[in-house]
Amino acid sequence: MSYALEAREILRHYGHVEALRGCNFTVKAGEVTALIGDNGAGKSTLVRILSGTEQPNGGEILIEGKPVVFDSPAAARDAGIETVFQDLALCPHLNAVQNMYLGREVPRKGLMGKLGFMDYDAMRVGSEDAFRDLGATVRSLTANVGSMSGGQRQSIAVARSAAWASKVLFFDEPTAALGVVQKKNVLDLVRRVRDKGIGVVFISHSMPEVLDIADRVQVMRRGRTIADYKASETNLEELVGAMTGRLDEVNN
Amino acid sequence: MSQNLSVNGEPKSDFGIMEEEKLSILKKIAAMQTFQILGILVVITAIFSALAPDSFATAFNLRNVVINVSIFAILGVGMTFVIITAGIDLSVGSVLVFSSVMACKAIQGMGGQGWGTTLVGTLVALVVATLWGAINGWLVAVAKVPAFIVTLGTSLAILGVSQIITGGIDLRGATDTLVNKIGFGNVYSQVPVLGIISLVVVVAGGVLLHKTHFGLTTYAVGSNAEACRRVGIKVNRHLILVYSLMGFTAGIAGILSLAMYQQTTIAGQSTTALTVVAGVVIGGTSLFGGYGSIFGTTVGLLIPIVLQAGFIIIGVVPFWQNVVVGVFLVAAVYVDTARREAADGGGKSLKKRSYKESISRKGNK
Repeated sequence: MSYALEAREILRHYGHVEALRGCNFTVKAGEVTALIGDNGAGKSTLVRILSGTEQPNGGEILIEGKPVVFDSPAAARDAGIETVFQDLALCPHLNAVQNMYLGREVPRKGLMGKLGFMDYDAMRVGSEDAFRDLGATVRSLTANVGSMSGGQRQSIAVARSAAWASKVLFFDEPTAALGVVQKKNVLDLVRRVRDKGIGVVFISHSMPEVLDIADRVQVMRRGRTIADYKASETNLEELVGAMTGRLDEVNN
Repeated sequence: MSQNLSVNGEPKSDFGIMEEEKLSILKKIAAMQTFQILGILVVITAIFSALAPDSFATAFNLRNVVINVSIFAILGVGMTFVIITAGIDLSVGSVLVFSSVMACKAIQGMGGQGWGTTLVGTLVALVVATLWGAINGWLVAVAKVPAFIVTLGTSLAILGVSQIITGGIDLRGATDTLVNKIGFGNVYSQVPVLGIISLVVVVAGGVLLHKTHFGLTTYAVGSNAEACRRVGIKVNRHLILVYSLMGFTAGIAGILSLAMYQQTTIAGQSTTALTVVAGVVIGGTSLFGGYGSIFGTTVGLLIPIVLQAGFIIIGVVPFWQNVVVGVFLVAAVYVDTARREAADGGGKSLKKRSYKESISRKGNK
């Protein structure tokens, strides 16, 4: 079968610094793929390339087996790839519905729509569906997002990305700044997104979390993915060993 | 919401959307602030009316107040948009002058005192003012120079260009049509044409800001420009449009000022921008962006005008108006800052906040 998203031999260098040196990466639909690696391994560069923020110097990106070119974040979004950013990228003065449809507002039908008037009802219903879909903790659709708790805002950001992602959803260290209960809620959200049949990429530094949530774990080191484990068949030592390169030394 | 189903077998109480009557505290305070300002205006009006019932609460005085506020209110529409994007435009007075100078030049060039010449003059004023606005917007959005500096600089430059063109002497080029039909004209009895034009602009601006996609994008850009970029909103383009709108309203103000005073007002607009900014801020629009209303701005601009009219009528030195407005201005920004701190999240780093929460609260109850 073809992968929901596949990166082949991606190259990316900044001047003389080679950030990605022929990096391969695959995401299957309905699976959580964890992407781990030490600082400077090239995770962030890979994610920026796969979400269209940066362009690779070489290599190929395929969606469901078909080659694509992401020359802008919009191109990646149009292809069904969304990212939940660490800082959430929400507008604090807008409400949940407005954030949900930020940049994708539904115009009213006919002349009023052409004049810039929006269909609030459609957006409200769409947001309710999206939040209900994920069981997101959103207490009010009309309150400003800035007045909500961190957990609720995280829910909105995840629900927004999940609603628009038809193929792949990236989570860039989604739990780094959260408390224990909020972390659990986010992991639950990740599972629900996966159960919708979307390919989830989970980037994290927390190995126990990775082993808890992921179906597969791909390890990056020095600009390459050097290992692809089934989460059920690996353990903490093996992952840390692969990340730091200790494993190579043992094997050699 | 009628559907109160459980999701994935989990109780609805923690997950899902609760009743929407519960407004956030932020919104309640915000609603109160607009209300408070309106209350202050009503109280001021009531006091003056009680002190001078025969001269203050008259149709003549009301007409006077409306005419005096009309130009400021039009500028206030553009300024509200600009300040909601967390920007500022200090060049509106100079753009007003420049557009009226160019209108005069066009009128003199064409000759005649009829509607045709007047319309051409108006068109010229609107186009040049909008272009200056677009230049301001480009410098702010693309060249990334702070709005304060950009518009301070263009304010000086535009005024300078106006003075070069005219030699510093006001042009008396307003057509008779412009002066008689618009400047002194009444739509009906004591209802001035200036007031009606102003009202139309204010209402149109309010609809644009509060009801349309353009307005929503303005709030979004002021609230978190980076988030907007990430979801694909063309932030720079929008900022240029917002500053162009500011210029456009300054163009309307320029032609109306010409109609009102029958000549350009080269030396008379040095405090216009600050008056308008003060009115917008007193009206509850946040200097930090993301929040504000056209209604608040109109009320905020009416306060100094009503004070001035009232002080003159009851015989107080009208300079007191400046003192009162100054105090209101500082108080308004204090309230805005306090509101932001009370609401915590608004505009601060979300990451920082959720970290604070994670140590101060258990879960997201």
